[in-house]
Amino acid sequence: MLFYTLKRFFLTVPVAIGVSLVCFMLVHLAPGDPLTAVLPTDASAELQAQMRTLYGFDKPLPVQYGLWIWRVLHGDLGQSIATGRPVVSEVFNAVTNSLVIAAAATLIGFVLGSLLGIVAGYYQGTWIDRGASLISSLGVSVPHYWLGMVLVIVFSVQLGWLPATGGGPDGSGTRSFDWNYLRFLVLPAVTMSVIPMGIIARSVRALVGEILTQDFVQALAAKGLTERGVFRHVLKNAAPTAFAVMGLQLGYLLGGSILIETVFSWPGTGFLLNAAIFQRDLPLLQGTILVLALFFVFLNLAVDVVQSAIDPRVQRA
Amino acid sequence: MSALQISTTAVLPPIARSPGYWSGVVRRVSRDPVAMTALLVIVSLILMAVFASYIAPADPFKSSMLRRLKPIGTPGFPLGADELGRDMLSRLIYGARLSLLMGLTPVPIAFVIGSALGISAGYAGGLTNTLIMRTIDVFYAFPSVLLAVALSGALGAGLTNALVSITLVFIPPIARVAESVTTQVRSLDYIDAARASGAQAWTIIRVHVLGNVLGPIFVYATGLVSVSMILASGLSFLGLGVRPPEPEWGLMLNTLRTAIYNQPLVAALPGAMIFITSIAFNMLADGLRSAMDVKS
Amino acid sequence: MITAHDSLVNDPRDRGGPAQSLLSVNGLIKHFPVKGSGFFGRGGVIRAVDGVSFDIRKGETLGVVGESGCGKSTTARLLMHLIQPDRGEIIFDGEKVGIDLPLAEYRRQVQMVFQDSYASLNPRLTIEDSITFGPRIHGMGELAARTKAHDLLSRVGLDPSRFAGRYPHELSGGQRQRVNIARALALDPRLLILDEAVSALDKSVEAQVLNLLQDLKADFGLTYMFISHDLNVVRFMVDRVMVMYLGTVAELGDGEAVFAAPSHPYTAALLASMPKMDPSERTMKAPLTGDPPNPINPPSGCRFHPRCIMAEPVCQTILPPLTASAAGSSQAACLALVPQSGHSLAAGLSMPEGNA
Repeated sequence: MLFYTLKRFFLTVPVAIGVSLVCFMLVHLAPGDPLTAVLPTDASAELQAQMRTLYGFDKPLPVQYGLWIWRVLHGDLGQSIATGRPVVSEVFNAVTNSLVIAAAATLIGFVLGSLLGIVAGYYQGTWIDRGASLISSLGVSVPHYWLGMVLVIVFSVQLGWLPATGGGPDGSGTRSFDWNYLRFLVLPAVTMSVIPMGIIARSVRALVGEILTQDFVQALAAKGLTERGVFRHVLKNAAPTAFAVMGLQLGYLLGGSILIETVFSWPGTGFLLNAAIFQRDLPLLQGTILVLALFFVFLNLAVDVVQSAIDPRVQRA
Repeated sequence: MSALQISTTAVLPPIARSPGYWSGVVRRVSRDPVAMTALLVIVSLILMAVFASYIAPADPFKSSMLRRLKPIGTPGFPLGADELGRDMLSRLIYGARLSLLMGLTPVPIAFVIGSALGISAGYAGGLTNTLIMRTIDVFYAFPSVLLAVALSGALGAGLTNALVSITLVFIPPIARVAESVTTQVRSLDYIDAARASGAQAWTIIRVHVLGNVLGPIFVYATGLVSVSMILASGLSFLGLGVRPPEPEWGLMLNTLRTAIYNQPLVAALPGAMIFITSIAFNMLADGLRSAMDVKS
Repeated sequence: MITAHDSLVNDPRDRGGPAQSLLSVNGLIKHFPVKGSGFFGRGGVIRAVDGVSFDIRKGETLGVVGESGCGKSTTARLLMHLIQPDRGEIIFDGEKVGIDLPLAEYRRQVQMVFQDSYASLNPRLTIEDSITFGPRIHGMGELAARTKAHDLLSRVGLDPSRFAGRYPHELSGGQRQRVNIARALALDPRLLILDEAVSALDKSVEAQVLNLLQDLKADFGLTYMFISHDLNVVRFMVDRVMVMYLGTVAELGDGEAVFAAPSHPYTAALLASMPKMDPSERTMKAPLTGDPPNPINPPSGCRFHPRCIMAEPVCQTILPPLTASAAGSSQAACLALVPQSGHSLAAGLSMPEGNA
């Protein structure tokens, strides 16, 4: 177990280095000089040269990468051009907000998706199955940013039950565990949950169908185990995979929340990215993407390790 | 050429030919009512895009302050008017052009590049495989939406940059599927038999590998078209794709966001178009998958 | 046999005459690295083929037998250059393959039929296209290749008008294997390697295909390397037989002689484990027990010593060379045959003059 964990960890390191390289190159991918975004348009040539030296842009790329990654490893992602604040603190705040919504969405998606998947898998081939599969299929193909708008139209504009946008009662995203704060969370979380719901429902349906046809379940049923007893066995065997899918979905949601956060003006990473892109705040863009991508990479690792701890048969190379 | 054809029939007796694999797939898909309905929707959408100038009742760019945000059913504006008083129906019809272009272009390009990378890696094996696939893994490590947004954010807004970003997002998953299918096929004896007959690697790939791996890769790629539609319109929705005043469903959805209080139905229309297109491609992909997944 | 000899003589590609071996293999070695379970992936090697030498004479059928994992199939794939040998040379009709004889030219003259009749045919190609593939890449015109394919289909007992346009999944296992034979013959090979070619077939179908192979050998003047784990089939087919054990040659010699009087204790054990139809023929000799040892860490000395009834301490240290047997009809790698080897049975053994 420890051995597997270590092995997986060492396999993850090259990927993490690759991810950091891509993030580093993003800035150099941008058209023109990375400095043009930092400097006023009428900056003198002297000032430009000075700044270039200051930011290290006069050094060769590998050296620049080395210096950058050295600072990153020391927790320094540079300074936001727009706000002048350290990127780390900006990103940290936004990631926490995004995590709140992604976790809520994963939870809702997991519960609804598992229910749909279990029902569909249990009654495979019947109209119940087709209905449940249709719902999960719609969940996968719906443009979620549009679904968010539709939900706002229905529950905020028409019914007036829930707030349309914002990250909390005072707009700053201060988190608290009361309805005043949570009501802002409902619509974005439900909207976002549609994606994992569809995917989890599909995997659970396939799993349940597969387990039900397995010899040991058939044998249990033949031995006179009640329907409920068989069902418990099915659940026990489907759980590890379902949890793994759920873990990965959390990562996808955190990375993919930008569209939904834009719809709901939720002060998370998506919101931050949006601001970084349109203000051409490259350090902020780079830092946010690096943090999100690395989070995803290490979440993947964690899911693998936890899954193999629950079920040693599934050790992915 | 024709002389050869004649002599062929003259020397060789006619032979009984079995229908090929693809004709079987086409036959099975054509019997799937859901897939056929989806195909009908897709063909209609494409025709709508191609013949937009004949179908659309009005000029999609002509704005009028007086006609802003008219509801659905207004005389002369069957689907209402947008925030600048432009005819919604015409804009939705014209919008099919850019929306479909943005949604449909990345997958075929990614299919070609991803398949080429994956098949090369899978067939060559060894160091080539390691180099290609470990690079692919790095890009695969990014959640797709994040990668698309990051790339087009860094490249800057615009149609071409959005297309490039979405294409780059789809290359890694396609390459991974291509690699795993090719590795499987590569180990089969008919590849060894072909090598034993002295054929060059390229000839073996062309004759023996492609025919057996492109099907599964194709099925996987068709499943990505629906994602691509959502992602492409999503980039436009964020302002990273098409620029105003071009009609494009994602961008229209963005500019109409403020209208949800006055004309909610009108504001939701462009999203419904994206939804319909995405579902249709999803259903067609499902139909194709089950039609191709037949062991006889 | 006379037909085969005639066509051998008439073959313009023949170089050294019937006295020269069609194929000589010297010291063939292939080790596969094993993905290690150690922390930094330091694994061992599988000694799949570990110093194998033999000849295949023109017009003969050389049988290769042994338990699974003994290196039969690896040897076949090495001969086909489907995998690269670590060491050793292959000489085809007097020419070193890859040096005197270009690989492409060699491959036209040596073809192979695989065990899995389904996996060895491309499921997307018609039977005709599968057979014409080889001739086409060697520059034959389409019409000529198709004519040849149809001719070969008739020769292997399949009506071209019925089968040429079919796909592999529409054929039975026996029919597919006939197609595979036709495909192998399409390049006019001189040597055909049959790697368990009939093992997956039903017994009745197997007999038909074996008869077909005998006929084709005579008609086309072929030489066969016949790999099988089925000793009854080998006995029926072969002129000479090679017994392999854990990547090495245990015994090599005249088929009838080896089957009648095996010189290597492994061969004897293998033959004893053969099912006999006649109860009176059943022997009381020690049958082969246990699984073959792991080829990753083969035993020292004689590979067979842990399972050998004749094993003595000396067998654990000395790797026996192939040595002529008492009767002279075969060679076996057993210390009991090597004079002064230290094996108790070797001392009393009188070796024929000039054969040691």
